[in-house]
Amino acid sequence: MSAVADAPGAVEADHGHHDAHHPFQAHHFETMEQQFDSGKLGIWLFLITEVMFFSGLFCAYAIYRVYHPEIFVAGHHFLDKTLGALNTIVLLFSSLTMAWGVRCAQLGQRVGLIVCLSLTLACAGTFMVVKYFEYSHKIHLGLVPAGYFSYKPGDEAHGHGDESHADQHHSDKPEHTGAAKSEFETAPAATAVSAEEADLPRRIGLFFSIYYCLTGLHGIHIVAGMIAITWLLVRAIRGDFGPQYFGPVDYVGLYWHLVDLIWIYLFPLLYLIQ
Amino acid sequence: MASVLDPSLSSPTPAEPRVDNYLTHTSGWKSWAFTLDHKRIGLMYLVGISLSLLLGGIFALLLRAELFTPGPTIPGITHDRYNQLFTLHGAVMTFLFIIPGIPAALGNFVLPIMLGAKDVAFPRMNLGSFYLWVGGAIFFLVALVTGGLDTGWTFYTPYSLTTNSSVIAATMGVFILGFSSIFTGLNFIVTIHTLRPAGMTWLRLPLFLWAAYSTSIIQVLATPVLGITLMLLIAERMMKIGIFDPALGGDPVLYQHFFWFYSHPAVYIMILPAMGVISELISTFSRKPIFGYTFIAFSSLAIALLGFLVWGHHMFTSGQSQMSAIVFSSLTFSISIPSAIKVFNWLATMYKGSISLATPMCYALSFIFLFTIGGLTGLFLGALSTDVHLHDTYFIVAHFHYVMVGGTLMAFLGGLFYWWPKMIGKMYNEFWGQVGAWMVFGGFNLTFFPQFVMGARGMPRRYYNYLPEFEFYHQVSTIGAFVLGLGLVIALVVLLRSFKHGKPAPANPWGAATLEWQCSSPPPHDNFSHTPTVGDPYALEAFDYDPKTGGYVPNGKPALVTH
Repeated sequence: MSAVADAPGAVEADHGHHDAHHPFQAHHFETMEQQFDSGKLGIWLFLITEVMFFSGLFCAYAIYRVYHPEIFVAGHHFLDKTLGALNTIVLLFSSLTMAWGVRCAQLGQRVGLIVCLSLTLACAGTFMVVKYFEYSHKIHLGLVPAGYFSYKPGDEAHGHGDESHADQHHSDKPEHTGAAKSEFETAPAATAVSAEEADLPRRIGLFFSIYYCLTGLHGIHIVAGMIAITWLLVRAIRGDFGPQYFGPVDYVGLYWHLVDLIWIYLFPLLYLIQ
Repeated sequence: MASVLDPSLSSPTPAEPRVDNYLTHTSGWKSWAFTLDHKRIGLMYLVGISLSLLLGGIFALLLRAELFTPGPTIPGITHDRYNQLFTLHGAVMTFLFIIPGIPAALGNFVLPIMLGAKDVAFPRMNLGSFYLWVGGAIFFLVALVTGGLDTGWTFYTPYSLTTNSSVIAATMGVFILGFSSIFTGLNFIVTIHTLRPAGMTWLRLPLFLWAAYSTSIIQVLATPVLGITLMLLIAERMMKIGIFDPALGGDPVLYQHFFWFYSHPAVYIMILPAMGVISELISTFSRKPIFGYTFIAFSSLAIALLGFLVWGHHMFTSGQSQMSAIVFSSLTFSISIPSAIKVFNWLATMYKGSISLATPMCYALSFIFLFTIGGLTGLFLGALSTDVHLHDTYFIVAHFHYVMVGGTLMAFLGGLFYWWPKMIGKMYNEFWGQVGAWMVFGGFNLTFFPQFVMGARGMPRRYYNYLPEFEFYHQVSTIGAFVLGLGLVIALVVLLRSFKHGKPAPANPWGAATLEWQCSSPPPHDNFSHTPTVGDPYALEAFDYDPKTGGYVPNGKPALVTH
């Protein structure tokens, strides 16, 4: 995001002949204040585009929630509320450290800034690790998007992975699930089809499609934020930021708070609904 | 208060040596590839966008040639190939040419100078936008040479989920282009907010800037929705998420809603900058301040905002409820009001003006005539009872070509011929410029007017084969297409010849009062060596023609402040 780190280094061809400018003031700005205000407006506009970007997914969530409430009721049981809550706390804490980091930059506290940015990065990393475990567990069980959905309820108890069953379902449409049930009943190493099977709504795979799209897109944004924060860390170690110039830290902070806010919406909508 | 011509930036007369300008400031390919100068970026965009126009135009000529007779006409163009031709024509023209079009190619160059600034707010983001455009174009070219694309430019599901053509490559290309568009819009909004010099109040902004600002709002708000729609389409194809595929519990009409939520505001991205250009041209070439400045300025904002409320009028036959259809239809009619306000204001500007039929004005007059037809035919389509008969016929094709080509392309060409002397520092051959303009006008009408008639008589769009009763209309239309193509080639040649054969351009060849005419042609690297004095952007009476320089110079008359 060039809006975030737009103040150039000394690589402008005609930068040399200007007098007492802050080294990070771009040549087309009259004052540092104008540069800061521009960046601020720029990042807010970018955040609005991010909200519009996610809005399509939230809209899809709302539509399917209204027309197929049963898949949400059934689906959310598969999500681990504890891990979700842990991730929520981790992200909230990372917002705190990020905001603290902005304050350190404003006060010229280089070490404080480095610590805060590092903590934020660590929290983001923790979030992604937890997500990795959540995803891999689900994929292992066949709790994947609708067209490939192949979960069999007995698997968890018997500790079977779904690899052997996944192939059979690979290009199946869910209306074949009924036929597959009987396949399983006659298969020699068949997993016991428990009563739970009858209780899963037909379109349950859709819940997971929505889950992966929402959390996946969010995860991509976390990673992008981690890259931006790493860049800030490099610049903070170099000593670029101070009371006259802390815009990039401020802007990345705003972005980070938005990513956190989106998770605050996702967590209840996916994990906590009854 | 008249704007002051900075003597240190006077343009060279033929006898003087060339002053250092943005073209000569640095040299070598890296100084262009890594430039942060909005003027160079604008020129690079202009080249790319013109090539896209050429590519889209070739697809158009091929498909029009194929339609010359019913059934197979050209050897090698089967019905499947035909589907590819109209899809690629639409996709290339929409996403590579017309949406970036005026904002990227003309706006990037003109906006900062017209504003009185040294550059846009985020020059590196600007360069990034350009490279995103190039990246998107590359994805399109990849799609072209791999499976092609045959879904129609709208990528409707469920066909786009099942076809073997390169849907993913093409939609990734559009996704990337979307970012290019978003960042351009974001840049323009911030530039207009924060880089205005002292005295440049909002109500002193030239109308092209109001138009650019309104367009940018749409770009920022609407394009991300296209982004997520295409991401979902790709996810549906690759991961079978089931959102649009009815077999998995999805809804193909949901795709249409998502798609048109962006694509309707997108048409205002196409037309608003064009209208901004027209406001400048009509005023300058009538030698009269624009009539109804405030109305035009606010109508741009109104169109931008209302444009978000009417997407359902593309879906009247999709099975949506009657109530939705009625709501969308009434809101659609409301947008005609700010558009009409503009047209009446332009006409009022011309009334009792001193009209000069220079090449840019030829395009501007074409715009008013053709856009009016396009807009009026939109009313037939906004009315539910008639739309049911006209939807998916050639009437629709003619309607949107009248507004997009008769509207935006005319304004793009008008703006290009208007700002060309400023950008390149050369005047072009006026006679051949006008020949090109009228040939484009004539060819365009020959191509698309018969399509209104055909469509009303039932000729469906996107059809390879057709009933013999439509053959005459198709033949006229095809001939028109080639005339239009020739006219565009003439226009291109006129501009290209000016590089070698054109007279050096004065700072203000047209006598306009906006700030970009205060600096030399071409402008210096930093646009203004001193912050310009801001005055009334339509104070045309403050400039007189000076035969010595071949341009207009300030005459010291105080300008009447009309707003």
